Amino acid sequence: MDIHEYQAKELLANFGVYSPPGALAYSPEQAAYRSREIGGDRWVVKAQVHAGGRGKAGGVKLCNSDTEIQETCEELFGRKLVTHQTGPEGKGIYRVYIEGAVPIEREFYLGFVLDRTSQRVMIVASAEGGMEIEDISAKKPDSIVRATVEPAVGLQDFQCRQIAFKLGIDPALTAQMVRTLQGCYRAFREHDATMVEINPLVVTGDNRVLALDAKMTFDDNALFRHPQISELRDKSQEDARESRAADRGLSYVGLEGNIGCIVNGAGLAMATMDTIKLAGGEPANFLDIGGGATPERVAKAFRLVMSDGNVQAVLVNIFAGINRCDWVAEGVVQALQEVQVDVPVVVRLAGTNVEEGQKILAKSGLPVIRAGTLMEAAERVVSAWRKDQSENTTLRAAQ
Amino acid sequence: MSILIDRQTPVIVQGITGKMARFHTAEMIAYGTNVVGGVVPGKGGQTVEGVPVFDTVEDAVKATGAEASLVFVPPPFAADSIMEAADGGIRYCVCITDGIPAQDMIRVKRYMYRYPKERRMVLTGPNCAGTISPGKAFLGIMPAHIYLPGHVGIIGRSGTLGYEAAAQLKEHGIGVSTSVGIGGDPINGSSFKDILQRFEDDNDTHVICMIGEIGGPQEAEAAEYIRDHVSKPVIAYVAGLTAPKGRTMGHAGAIISAFGESASEKVEILSAAGVTVAPNPAVIGDTIVSVLKREAA
Repeated sequence: MDIHEYQAKELLANFGVYSPPGALAYSPEQAAYRSREIGGDRWVVKAQVHAGGRGKAGGVKLCNSDTEIQETCEELFGRKLVTHQTGPEGKGIYRVYIEGAVPIEREFYLGFVLDRTSQRVMIVASAEGGMEIEDISAKKPDSIVRATVEPAVGLQDFQCRQIAFKLGIDPALTAQMVRTLQGCYRAFREHDATMVEINPLVVTGDNRVLALDAKMTFDDNALFRHPQISELRDKSQEDARESRAADRGLSYVGLEGNIGCIVNGAGLAMATMDTIKLAGGEPANFLDIGGGATPERVAKAFRLVMSDGNVQAVLVNIFAGINRCDWVAEGVVQALQEVQVDVPVVVRLAGTNVEEGQKILAKSGLPVIRAGTLMEAAERVVSAWRKDQSENTTLRAAQ
Repeated sequence: MSILIDRQTPVIVQGITGKMARFHTAEMIAYGTNVVGGVVPGKGGQTVEGVPVFDTVEDAVKATGAEASLVFVPPPFAADSIMEAADGGIRYCVCITDGIPAQDMIRVKRYMYRYPKERRMVLTGPNCAGTISPGKAFLGIMPAHIYLPGHVGIIGRSGTLGYEAAAQLKEHGIGVSTSVGIGGDPINGSSFKDILQRFEDDNDTHVICMIGEIGGPQEAEAAEYIRDHVSKPVIAYVAGLTAPKGRTMGHAGAIISAFGESASEKVEILSAAGVTVAPNPAVIGDTIVSVLKREAA
């Protein structure tokens, strides 16, 4: 789960990681008012969306007066911010963070990630702040400093000092750096984060170490023990269908194509998408309905997939192991009777009791296209989709 | 021979009183797995599916001589149960539980390294379907009848995709020595490389099939290991060619976040290491057949 910059800054401040004075606003008027509360004569207006690359996309603006802040915010609020991370549909701006501008002496990159190679928490830092880590590792790989945390004892001060010295930070600021790094690690550890990123971390003209931006991602599997983090969830930043799926215990990712997929198991779901592509189609979604393909789950899945207006055919691929094919077939029949599906549906069942499953589908009288193998299923759904499209075109032409 | 488990291995089930665990325990026993007991704190003294329940792993091991354990404990308590198994003298643990916090798994792995190598427990999973040595025994939730006994060693992240491969092999009349699910989580007990090592040393395994997916460094690490240390033919399939970058595809670990983590990059890395890569999931079985034929010629 992602949170907003202002929420991450608030969390981190509790652990001794500080940012310039700032406040949140839900309207342009409130933003102007907030700037007067913060004081000073220069402010940064920052659109709060769950995506990086906000600066380049016009979501971060420097302002010199409260009128300018109000004008800037009038342009930002309600707009969709499209960054290289959001996809073409962008993310809505409904909250804006106003922060006092500070004189910047140096900028650094600082990240804490779950490193899958060492299977530990890894610190990644670079004196090339402001650039994204992907760009730093492509253009200035030698500038990257890394350290891993021994999980039994946690991050040690000497490791923090090592990082500070390697980054060439003024020795007078070592204590502030140690406090910042330790703070980030404790926030990471205690809230079950999977990422803490401060980019840039800056040294100001008056020798303070501050987080100018902050991003935190949390482990969905650990949210059960962090109710206060779960409350920070902002559904306006999520794809509506994906959050609806998540609420129903289904794992769904929307894609650009038009062949909807309903599969049990994540690996098989990805493999099914790949096979559709190979057969000349484009998958509309990833959907894992979980190991047990109960009729309720199949029905939910059909509703979800059909709520995507781009879906023009559906492929159901279930490997029934413990849950026999006959039972899954009954679930599919029941779902198709409940949910209105007006596009071609191809069903491929494999595993236990395949023949009985096929018989149930055949007897149902529903216009379901059956397939034996995975490849056959993909080919049939693509050709059914093509046929349906050309018939529709002919129909439209006739009208 | 087979790896990790055989017909004699005495097995306990942690969390045996749960509905899922009961069901799969019965399946395991019916298949011939030597299930000798279960562990549920506070339920010691009960009997489930004909086997005794103990309060602690320590008690269970003492009373039954259990060597392997299957963990069905819910996510908040699963890490603790795995560590209890490691401390209790279990040699091989399979964790089925999906949804264990990643930092819990970091601690589990660190904890397991407290023990000297001779008595360090081997863990596979979490978030996997389990391990089966067909015709002998299984620890897990898979439909055992789709596996024929034979000489192909299977290692995979995904449960149902692994079933798909086993079923394709069965169509061809080809059997499996052992199939090991390593699970879909970012921090897992054993990697592809760990299991490859075992298959390489196993006389009963003639060909190895690894089924990977997007995300993480373990397929690339395996490629390097295969190139330098594996003499047996290896066939691979990597799921997720159509998966977008930066999105989690069902499995917590199935996310492309760094270079080399996409399916096409993994395919390239594995091919360069001499692995025969099945171009699509529908031909995993056919690809194994053709490699077997090539080997026989």
